[in-house]
Amino acid sequence: MTTASGQTPPLVARSGPWRWVRTRLFRGPVDTAITLACLYLLWLVVPPLLDWLVLSARWMGESRDACTEGGACWVFIRVRFDQFMYGFYPEAERWRVNLAGLLVAALVVLLFLPPFRAKKAVAIGLLAVAIPGIVLLLSGGVLGLRPVETRDWGGLMVTVFMALYGAILAVPVSLLLALGRQSKLPVVRVLSIVYVEFWRGVPIIAIIFLASNLLPLIVPAGVTVDKLARALIGLALVISAYMAEVIRGGLLAIPKGQYEAARSLGLGYWTGTTFIILPQAIRIVIPSLVNEFIALFKNTTLVLIVSLFDLLGMIQSALTDPKWVGLNLEGYVFAGVVFWIVCFAMSRWSQRLELRLARRPN
Amino acid sequence: MSSIDVMRPGRLLHDGRVRGWLAQAGIALGVVGLVWFFVDNAGENLARSGVATGFDFMGARSGVDIDFKLIQYGPDSSYGRLLLVGIANTLFVSFFGILLATVLGFAVGIGRLSGNWLLAGFSTIYVEAVRNVPLLLFVLLWYYLVIRGLPAPRQSIDLAGMGFVNNRGIFLPSPTDPSPFQAVIVALAVGVAATWLLRRWARSRQDATGQPFPTVLAGVGLVAGLPLAAALVAATMTAWNWPALSRFGVRGGTTVIPEFLALLAALGTYTAAFIAEIVRGGILSVTRGQREAAAALGLNRRQILRLVVLPQAMRVIIPPLTSQYVNLIKNSSYAAVIAYPEIVSVFVGSALNNTGRAVEIIAITLAIYLAINVSVSLLMNWYDARTRMVGR
Repeated sequence: MTTASGQTPPLVARSGPWRWVRTRLFRGPVDTAITLACLYLLWLVVPPLLDWLVLSARWMGESRDACTEGGACWVFIRVRFDQFMYGFYPEAERWRVNLAGLLVAALVVLLFLPPFRAKKAVAIGLLAVAIPGIVLLLSGGVLGLRPVETRDWGGLMVTVFMALYGAILAVPVSLLLALGRQSKLPVVRVLSIVYVEFWRGVPIIAIIFLASNLLPLIVPAGVTVDKLARALIGLALVISAYMAEVIRGGLLAIPKGQYEAARSLGLGYWTGTTFIILPQAIRIVIPSLVNEFIALFKNTTLVLIVSLFDLLGMIQSALTDPKWVGLNLEGYVFAGVVFWIVCFAMSRWSQRLELRLARRPN
Repeated sequence: MSSIDVMRPGRLLHDGRVRGWLAQAGIALGVVGLVWFFVDNAGENLARSGVATGFDFMGARSGVDIDFKLIQYGPDSSYGRLLLVGIANTLFVSFFGILLATVLGFAVGIGRLSGNWLLAGFSTIYVEAVRNVPLLLFVLLWYYLVIRGLPAPRQSIDLAGMGFVNNRGIFLPSPTDPSPFQAVIVALAVGVAATWLLRRWARSRQDATGQPFPTVLAGVGLVAGLPLAAALVAATMTAWNWPALSRFGVRGGTTVIPEFLALLAALGTYTAAFIAEIVRGGILSVTRGQREAAAALGLNRRQILRLVVLPQAMRVIIPPLTSQYVNLIKNSSYAAVIAYPEIVSVFVGSALNNTGRAVEIIAITLAIYLAINVSVSLLMNWYDARTRMVGR
């Protein structure tokens, strides 16, 4: 080939935008057809969408009279924004929700901070304050805070609260279940398997119905279980089963030598598990646990079937107001954008963790 | 060191096995105690509130009317019958949902791997946009779009004289006597059995003579064609009840309610995004060496895809794909929000409201879903055992 002079065209480095267009868009007749079809679809969808979302949309005004036909009525979102965030939480007390949000934000920031010496201690301290603190702050009745019943809670605040506390309840349970499913003790193993397979086998919506209908029945007479707490327990039951399976996957990935090494150092089951096995197993499964958390975050919307008002529930109920009826699209787009931003950010983060774990020499 | 040492009671607690048994006994006692506590409380609470218990309500008249049913049912039917209507509707929407999700999911998954920049970009946007939004939002959005998108009854779209479409649903002719259509089920069974026999024969012939036989094509023809032919024959054997536009909407015929269309669209488009990722992962899991080796053996591009890449990709794809199918069946319960009459919405919704028998009704509902799940996982284990790579 190299000796054949003039037989083959010279190997010129073909690059640049023209080459990119040729290879990535118009490689052959089929490719060209696909490209044209895609362009047609773009032309069909994008201009009207842009027009509806932005160009013909109205932001200013106090009622839907300010809106025009053919454009989105963002006035609806603007006017109802506070309700979508706080529900019917009394206006004078909303600083408490903001403070709780600040605590959550502090925890998230801490998560992303580069490691420093006291990081673990600070994190544990903050968690120890935040976990009971947020509940007390929001429900009140202590330290002179006015009590606010959970039926006044609503909007994004409930969504975030449900997801966080669902996870806080579920993680310890799922750890025990994952260990239980690996246990040599048959009773423990069977109980764990039954628990996990049962909750994984039934629809979440049925479990929320179950929790809200049956929990009041099975507690002693005179004890009442808060409606929000019932839904929360229902969600936690399901998510703990799913998380247990994820953690079990991590346990299975730990080489047998690690168990044997722990044993030969004279560590018992609990010490070996706590200090040797679990730290490694959990590190492996953190990305998948984040994915489960995303699923939990999305599933909190289901509480609207037992008349609790999370973000989506709040929007649904605002749509029954005659003043705003028919503005479903605006409401759904708003809810969709909020959920999308949170879930997409989390899934990107879990992908980055996964990459970092893959690079780390184990 | 002697066995007497071990027998000393103080040492007994240091024996791992003894401690294991003690722990198990303790846990078992704890669980039994907890369950007993709950059951006891429930019994007391129920007795005090005066709610009747038991499953006898299953035979009682339900009084619930259902606007979408695949089996004979009326308000005079029993709760047991109502449950059957719910199960049939769940399976009906799940079946079509799985079809839609699979077709769309494979298309988008393969699209993401396309060399065409626009197509790959579109597919990626689709997957990322859908996966990060709650399914409930999807169901509500589709419901709104379906109701708003279809015309009012006065402006019904005429389906070439066969029926009408408007925002109350799709109106189609219905057979006055559905019994000839039982032949369709028989034809389907015959088609499946014939395909299985054909495959066996084709394999043994290929082993003996090397001649391949287009089994897949013939199989699709048998499984789809025989029931279709049976349906056509059955259609001529019965009289038809035609829908007609009247002043109060459409009379006669059968109706596919908009709730069904909305739920189907939501389940299909949502699950498709997850299936797309599974398909993409499966195809990427087949190593480059496999393609190169196949090319070195002289297979052409189509053969490489059909005989080397897809079979190996399917082994990776099918287990998570089945769990997506199970998810879709479970997610059909989201219908409770838009009142498509499936199990949760007719049973945990209407029946529970009417009878107040929460424990019984929820137990039955959970049992049905568990039964569906167990059958799918048994099927899955069987498939797994059949296709597992034989280690050398």
